[in-house]
This record gives sequence, structure tokens and C-alpha cells, in this order.
Amino acid sequence: MICQECGKRPSTLHFTKIINGEKTEFHICEVCAREKGEGIPGAPNSFSIHSLLSGILDFDTVASKGLNSLKPQESLRCESCGMSYAQFGKIGRFGCSDCYNAFGERLNPLIKRIHGNTEHSGKIPKRSGLRVQCKRQIEQLRAELHRYIEAEEFEKAATVRDQIRELERKMQQSS
Amino acid sequence: MKNAGPDSDVVISSRVRLARNLRHQPFPLLATTAQANEVLEQLASVSESGVLDRFGPFTTIRLKELSELDRRVLVEKHLISPNLANESRAGAVVLSDNEAISIMINEEDHLRIQCLHPGFQIREAWKLANEIDDSYESALEFAFDEHKGYLTTCPTNVGTGLRASVMMHLPALVLTQQINRILSAVSQVGLTVRGLYGEGSEALGNLFQISNQITLGQSEEEIIDNLYGVAKQIIEHEKAARRKLLNESYRRLEDRIKRSYGILRYASIIDSKEAAQRLSDVRLGADLDILPQVSPQIYNELLIMTQPGFLQHRYDEKLSPDDRDYKRAELIREQLNKQVDNGGATS
Repeated sequence: MICQECGKRPSTLHFTKIINGEKTEFHICEVCAREKGEGIPGAPNSFSIHSLLSGILDFDTVASKGLNSLKPQESLRCESCGMSYAQFGKIGRFGCSDCYNAFGERLNPLIKRIHGNTEHSGKIPKRSGLRVQCKRQIEQLRAELHRYIEAEEFEKAATVRDQIRELERKMQQSS
Repeated sequence: MKNAGPDSDVVISSRVRLARNLRHQPFPLLATTAQANEVLEQLASVSESGVLDRFGPFTTIRLKELSELDRRVLVEKHLISPNLANESRAGAVVLSDNEAISIMINEEDHLRIQCLHPGFQIREAWKLANEIDDSYESALEFAFDEHKGYLTTCPTNVGTGLRASVMMHLPALVLTQQINRILSAVSQVGLTVRGLYGEGSEALGNLFQISNQITLGQSEEEIIDNLYGVAKQIIEHEKAARRKLLNESYRRLEDRIKRSYGILRYASIIDSKEAAQRLSDVRLGADLDILPQVSPQIYNELLIMTQPGFLQHRYDEKLSPDDRDYKRAELIREQLNKQVDNGGATS
């Protein structure tokens, strides 16, 4: 079969597109596939999930305009890898794991749209899990420490302080 | 995949993939060559440190050491992704000798653990991937957030980083025109359906891959159970459709299958699309005992062997599309005739 685009080379890519029940068949050669690119599975530069994501993100940009409660997103940038929120919006992928923290709650609408949820409920790695646990314990102990100091129970406060130091040391060792 | 596994007349294979990243390292997307190589060496040295020993012998292959053709063959065997094949800078794959475990380094994420089991063994594949993950975690620290879970390059993988899929051969559901109804139902329960070697609802060789779409908010066990339950239903529907075809239109079914077998055994030129369709018919014939002389396993092997990259690799030359169609027909004839000479199916 001859390529339906150029009418010269033999077609090597055959695929069928079905959009809303409307069926279109394509028979094209590799050269034309490369030129057409978009929408052809297996073809170089084919339409990717990331361009789709950035579509969702653009929507967010428009939707959040006029809401001045959040930091203007142009200046939002991950300090670890330098990726800005605008760049993330274009490519739909993060530069490093710190981006999640840097972009913070602004990501939640996107993540909710993808997963229908924003809270992880699966596996916790033992190492980081330990740190998460330590962090929570330290927060609790700090509150306790504060109470003892206010009540002027300094002996008890000193014990709690030592416990906090011990946990902090444990955390540092694990990281 | 010599051993066919449970429900292997419908399910070709079950696969689980886990995406993981190292803390304090930029993702491959933004990493400089030096940073990407640092990640590669760190992960390669952990892989070779003995933590994987209990899972069998492994080989680490650096992509820059492979020719373009060798990479394409790995892609067609589904051992690496097209994405990794293009990552010649610092990409690598740690491959178990039986090819059941393939661990990609510097693909979209630093680490992608993939386990492939023959037949319907999605739970077993998850168990193995989980254990391998634990082994890596004993030596490394992964990027993890208590709210967002495992942090990944693409927000579609965040949370569990888990993608579980089953590859199913569904010729009877296609023949009885039930497939679209079933596939659209599947997409309503958080699962995705894709054809083999490409997206879209017209699958090559009646092969469909069903996988989870959501990675955050559900536990790994919930994701696996959901996929297991839905796949089990589809298996039952396919088996019912096969019984219906056998009972109600045996002659037409037999004719179709034997016609395809005849074409594959005697054709001189065949393109990949026709080959996939005919092979699917023959596979169905083998599973239904209409072609007792053919081993069902040959379908899986031939479907991979007749892909363009694999053909070129086998014949060690740059083939034009015309030559490919000729060699493809030749290869299929050889393989099918070999089975007849051996006196029928061995499995």
C-alpha cells in the first residue's frame, strides 16, 4: 500500500483513529508520520500524556486568575532544581522531588483531577517512615515541654527535652 | 516465558511496575549528564551489591553500549520502554536472566521496577515487585512524602508509583462484538485499556492491556484487587463467548481458524497487521483444540518475532518494508512447519 500522505513511499504505519464513534483509517510512511507527528501512536513525537496534563494546568491558571490569596505563580519556583510553576505547567512533569513541596497546595486541584484524591494511603518505606514517626513524636513532645515550662515543672521539662534531643539525633542518623 | 501460568488461554501475561526516585537528586528530565551518571552508578552498584541475589542472576546493560537495533528489540520484547531506548546518555536496565524482572534506571524516573509473570498472576507479580522494592530500600533512600507518597516525575504516577496490568487475548469478545461494551465498562472503574503496540481500541492481534489509572489514594492491595476482580470477569466473559462460538457457529469458526492457519503456513508475503490477526486466529484454534498440532505458546513468540525491529535483528540487516513482509512470512512458515515436524504441540 502506498502512503496516503505523499503518495510516493510505501506505507508502513497503519492505524485507526476512533473519535466519538467516527472511524478514520490512516496508512502512511515513516517519513510522513514523523512530519504529522501528533496523534499517531508509535510515531516519533507522538502526542503525550504530558501535553494533556499541561492542558489541565492551563485551565487551572485561567481558573485561579483573580484569586489573589495565593502567591503569584510566576514567581513560584522550586529552589532545589530551579523549575518554575509556569515551566511545570508547560511540560507537565516535575524537575525533582522537592518541586512537590515548593508548589505545595497549588498542585492539589491537578492531583485531585488525576487521581480523585490527594492523600497517599499505600506503602510507606521503612526509612522515611521512621522519620515521619519521629517527626510526629517530636511535635508532641515539644507541646508537652511547653506545658511543663509554663507550669514551672522544670525537672519534668528537662526529661522531655532530653527525649527530644534523642529523637532528633535518631532522625539525623537515618537521613 | 516458557511456563504458561494460570488462565493462560486468555491471559498472556501479568505485569507490575513501581516508580521510585532517589532523594536529593534531580529527576532524569532535569539532571545534567554528570548527575544522571551519578544516579546510574549508585543504582547499578546497589543492584550488583547482592541485594538482588535471592531473585536470581541479573545482568546490567547500559544503553550506550547497545546499537539502535538492539535497543529496538528490547522494546519489542517489552523489556524496556521506548522512552528508555532513547535515553542513551545514562540509561540502563538490570535484567534477570529469565527476563521476568526488568529494572530500568534513568527512565522517566530514577528507578522503575518491572515484574512480568506468564498467565494471570498479577498478585504474584506485585508480591515480587514489592520485595525487590524493599531490597533496594534497604540500601537507598527514596523520595517520599507522608501525604503524596512516593514522589515521581509525572504527577500521574505519584503515590504508590504502581502500574499493574494484564495482557489479555480476547478474540471471542471481538468476534461476538461485545468488546466495546466491556471495554467502556472497564474504563468506568478506574482502569485503562490499550491495544498491544499502540493505543486505541483497535488492538493488534486482539490483545488488550488492562491497567490501573489511579496511583494515589488507594493502597497497593486495593489497586491489585480491583484489577484482579475486573480481569477475572473479563476472562469469564471471554470463555463464555468462546463456548458460544463453539456451540452456535462451529463451522464458521473452524473455517476462519483453518483458513488463517493455511495462509500462515503457505503465504510468501505478509504484513505485520495481517500476521497479528492470523496469529490470533491460530492461537484461538490452539486453545480450542481446533488446531491440536499447534502450541499456544507459539503465538506469543511469533507475535514478538514478527515485529520490524526483531526481524531486522534476526536477519542482521536493514530490511525495506517489502523485504520485511517477505522475511516475516518465511519466519512464520518455518516456525509452524517445525511444530508439525516435531509431531505437534509439546505443551
